[in-house]
Amino acid sequence: MAATSIIYRRELGAYLRSYFPWVIAAVLLLADGILFQAYAMQGEQLSAIVLERFFYFSSGVALFAGILLSFRLIAEERQTHSIVLLTTSPVRDVQIVLGKFFAALTFLAILLALSFYMPLLIKVNGKITFAQVLVGYLGLLLLGGAALSIGIFGSSLAKNQIIAALAGAAIVFIMCFLYMFAKKLDSPVREVLQELDLWWIHFQNSFMRGVLNLKDVVYYLAVIYFFLLLAVKTLEAKRWQ
Amino acid sequence: MIRATNLSKFYGGKRALGPVSFEINDGETVGFLGLNGAGKTTALRILACDLRPSGGSVEVGGVDAVNDAHEVRKRIGFLPEHPPLYQDMTVLDYLSFSGELRGMSRSQVKRRIPDVLDITDLGEVSEDVIGTLSHGFRQRVGVAQAIIHQPKFLILDEPTRGLDPVQIVEMRNLIHDLKQNHTVMISSHILTEISQTCDRLLVLGKGKLLGSGSEHELAASESEIRQVTVTVRPPAGDDPKAKIRTVLEAVDGVKAVGEPFEQGGGLQFSLTTNKDCRAEVSRAVVDAKLDLLKLDYGRSELENTFIRLVGGADGSN
Repeated sequence: MAATSIIYRRELGAYLRSYFPWVIAAVLLLADGILFQAYAMQGEQLSAIVLERFFYFSSGVALFAGILLSFRLIAEERQTHSIVLLTTSPVRDVQIVLGKFFAALTFLAILLALSFYMPLLIKVNGKITFAQVLVGYLGLLLLGGAALSIGIFGSSLAKNQIIAALAGAAIVFIMCFLYMFAKKLDSPVREVLQELDLWWIHFQNSFMRGVLNLKDVVYYLAVIYFFLLLAVKTLEAKRWQ
Repeated sequence: MIRATNLSKFYGGKRALGPVSFEINDGETVGFLGLNGAGKTTALRILACDLRPSGGSVEVGGVDAVNDAHEVRKRIGFLPEHPPLYQDMTVLDYLSFSGELRGMSRSQVKRRIPDVLDITDLGEVSEDVIGTLSHGFRQRVGVAQAIIHQPKFLILDEPTRGLDPVQIVEMRNLIHDLKQNHTVMISSHILTEISQTCDRLLVLGKGKLLGSGSEHELAASESEIRQVTVTVRPPAGDDPKAKIRTVLEAVDGVKAVGEPFEQGGGLQFSLTTNKDCRAEVSRAVVDAKLDLLKLDYGRSELENTFIRLVGGADGSN
């Protein structure tokens, strides 16, 4: 896994050096803060409800960040030809994808950590437990990680970064609203599609409320595995072309 | 040694290369010469394990480049047509990254970098971000990443592409230095670059291997071929090109007359001849009451050979 670590360090360095990821982080955190102030803190509420609303808005941040931090990862390398360095080195495609994914996940974790002041404010002024907060953040990281893996898959499909971003965003959008689409369908397709939903079922019904379900954790890990595997297979197919 | 046997590559139904067979011995510097689209880049990308051949086999140092590409990649340094650079990294960081990717430890990379900077003359910009460097320096960084792991085989695809004359001379000197320690393969469509750098040439045209050997050997095999260029003022009347062509084609020794182009107020024709027939050409032009503006017979032997070989591939000769 040495190559994964080498690629991880390069990619993380690129995130920390470039202004683009920081602009994304600043804009998303600003939006999160504004939404928190404008909606989550409105009126007299139970602090658990305020925390739920915080995680509701932050889940949007995690999804957007997942797409915006990942669409360039492979498409840009193809566009600038730097990918040839990776494809002509003794490095396996899975190492390339994992190195990039974990670097993006690390930056996403930094971004999410920067929003920690908001649940801290709730904790100071209300009655919530750290466990609730931690479960919520675990959910955000898993949700964001799933969006990242989808974004990396989108990035592996196209050379054009805009197309890569649109492909990733389209898959995330569809998966986030599977629950709504499935409502119009009959059983058992409805139940199957609902269980595949990325946001309503596995985040809003559990992590957002401070509830940790193993099946939700497994679901997100499976989504991450599936889309990273697709990205690896796409890279393998394109490596020799 | 590199051995390619019946190597071919198709893009869809279109043949880009082959079938071609060739061998490159250890320590040789071999030039892949050909016009754009001749198959040079395709051949080099296959050798660098960046492209899978449609047919045939490649062995690099006794290892199959298709079935054991991972092993071959360790032995090869590759500078593609577009250097694979990360614009946001400094030269030092980039070279460290490239070395580690090729399996070197951090301490090995640290020891190797001063030598690489020295060979490629990048010391003064080693702390600079690659995105801020000139094209010439970027090309050198591309060479530096290719040699960082001291590969046995070095593949340089159009290394002087886009360089100014001074940078071309510097790159040529750099390649000359690299010849001491590596088996080098270079592609180019620039004859002088290839002829001054390489021990042996592989001439490609439309994906086929048209000739192989040293400049001298190739020229000797085509020794009867000569090139004469003649510039004639276009006569008044209809179709002056056809009129001049008729005169030139009738000259004893002229085997083919190329398509003319305008040059200094006249029409310049390239004649392929089997002897030095400048005297006959000048007499024929004057006898036809045409104005002879210029007569030339000065192409290098290699250039003649190249035109002959490539012309043959095009079917125009």
